[in-house]
Amino acid sequence: MTFTIPIENGDAVKIAEAESQRTLYPYVTGTSIVAIKYKDGVLMASDMGGSYGSTLRYKNIERMKAIGKHSLLGASGEISDFQEILRYLDELTLNDNMWDDGNSLGPKEIHNYLTRVMYNRRNKFNPLWNTLVLGGVKNGKSYLGMVSMIGVSFEDDHVATGFGNHLARPILRDEWHADLSFEDGVKLLEKCMRVLLYRDRSAINKLQIAKITEEGVTVSQPYSLKTFWEYSSFHNPTASAEGSW
Amino acid sequence: MFRNQYDTDVTTWSPTGRLFQVEYAMEAVKQGSAAIGLRSRSHVVLACVNKAQSELSSHQRKIFKVDDHIGVAIAGLTADGRVLSRYMRSESINHSFTYESPLPVGRLVVHLADKAQVCTQRSWKRPYGVGLLVGGLDESGAHLYYNCPSGNYFEYQAFAIGSRSQAAKTYLERRFESFGDSSREDLIKDAILAVRETLQGETLKSSLCTVAILGVDEPFHFLDQEAIQKVIDTFEKVPEEEEGEDEAGEGEAEAAAAAPAEQGGAGAGDQDVAPMEM
Repeated sequence: MTFTIPIENGDAVKIAEAESQRTLYPYVTGTSIVAIKYKDGVLMASDMGGSYGSTLRYKNIERMKAIGKHSLLGASGEISDFQEILRYLDELTLNDNMWDDGNSLGPKEIHNYLTRVMYNRRNKFNPLWNTLVLGGVKNGKSYLGMVSMIGVSFEDDHVATGFGNHLARPILRDEWHADLSFEDGVKLLEKCMRVLLYRDRSAINKLQIAKITEEGVTVSQPYSLKTFWEYSSFHNPTASAEGSW
Repeated sequence: MFRNQYDTDVTTWSPTGRLFQVEYAMEAVKQGSAAIGLRSRSHVVLACVNKAQSELSSHQRKIFKVDDHIGVAIAGLTADGRVLSRYMRSESINHSFTYESPLPVGRLVVHLADKAQVCTQRSWKRPYGVGLLVGGLDESGAHLYYNCPSGNYFEYQAFAIGSRSQAAKTYLERRFESFGDSSREDLIKDAILAVRETLQGETLKSSLCTVAILGVDEPFHFLDQEAIQKVIDTFEKVPEEEEGEDEAGEGEAEAAAAAPAEQGGAGAGDQDVAPMEM
C-alpha cells in the first residue's frame, strides 16, 4: 500500500513570510464603547482599560479622541490599530485644513472614509482589529455611526461595541428617546456602564464621558462609578448550587 | 519680435519672461465658439452657442455634467475639453465614493489647474488648448470659476470665453452687480441675452444655444428647447422682422452694433477656424 503525501502550498515559505505581516489576533484590547445622540449632539462613554488577554494591564488609555472640528471617534479592540487609525485621520484632517477654503470634513465624511479603510483592509486579510464609533455635529445636525473590523457600517441613534451590544443596547432600546437633556443622557450612559462594569470581565472602574456639540468636543476627567457588592446572595454565593465555587 | 525664436517648445522662456506656447494655447480658446457663465448666490447658469461644422452635421457638445452639483462649459479644442471633463467626473465620483459627500467645486478647480500646470513644465507635453468655465456648489454656496490653459484659475460672478465673447462680457459687466440676488429665472434670461450678444445680429433661436443650470436643491440639468424658446420670446418681440424690431425693442442692440467694430477681425476669421476647434 502506497500513498503519496500531497504537497500543498508549495511556496509556503514565501507566503508565510508575507503572511506574518498580517493581523492574526489582537494583543492589547479596549472593551465596550457606548454612545447616544442627545439634544445638543452626541454623548459617548468608555472606560480607560487596556487588557492584555485576561490581564487588566493598562489603566489609563483614552479610547475616545476628537477628530477635526466636528467629530469624536471611540474605539474598542486592538489599541495599536486605533493609534494607527488616529494617524490616518490626522493626515486626513491636516490636508483638509490646509485647503483653508471654508469647506471641512464632517462626521459623515469621516465615517465613510473609515468604512472604506476598514473594508479595504478586510479584503486584504489584514484587518484593523477595531470596532469604531464615530459621532459628531455639523451645521446643527447630529451624526452617530459605527464601523466594524470587517467594514460593516451603519448609523443609529444609539450604538455600542463589544459587550455593550449585548448588555447596554437593550437598556438603550427601552430608555433612549430623542432630545435627552445632558444630565439624562449622562445618567443613561452611566446606567449602561455600571451594568458593563459588573458583568464584563475586561471592564475597569475608571471611565470617561465625552460630549460633542456644535461648539466642539469635551472629554471629561476620569472618574469611577459607585458599585454595591453587599447583596445578600453574594454572601454565600454557592448556597443554591452545591459543589460550585 | 522674438516670438518666433522662443516659441518652439513650452519649456523655453522668452527674454521678456513669457512662455509663448502657453500663450498660443490661450489663443486656441479665443478661437472656439462662445461659452458664458454667470452665478447668483444659489445658482449657476452655463450657456453656449451651438456651432456645427456644416449644415449636414450635428453641433458639438460644449457643456458637460460633472456631477449633480458641478457642470462645465468649454471653449477651444473640444477634444481636450472632453478629456478634462472625464478627469473631473472621475475626481468627483471618487470623492463621493470615499466620503459620501459632494466634492467642493473649489477643490476640483485646483486639481484641474494643477493638472494644466504640469503641461506647461514638461518638454514632452503641450498645454491643454481649452478654457473651462466650471460652475458648482460647495458649503458656501454657488461658485463660477474659469480655468485657463496656463494653469491659472479665477473666480467670477460672470464670464464669457471664446470668439466674440467680448460682446457678451460687455453686457455682463453692465449687469453683474445684480446677479448675486437674481432669481433663477432672471439669471437664465441674462445668460441667453449674453449669448445673443455674441451672435452679432443673427436672430437668436433656441436651436442656436444650449443652456444648463444648477443650484442649491437643484441638480445640474440642461434646459430643453421649449424652455429656452419661451425665454427668448419674452424679449425677441417679432422673430421674423430682424432689423426694425430688434433695434426698437431693446437698447442692448446698440451694444451689439458697437461690438462688431471691435470683433471685426475675429468675425472674418470664422471661416478659418480649424476643424478641431469649435
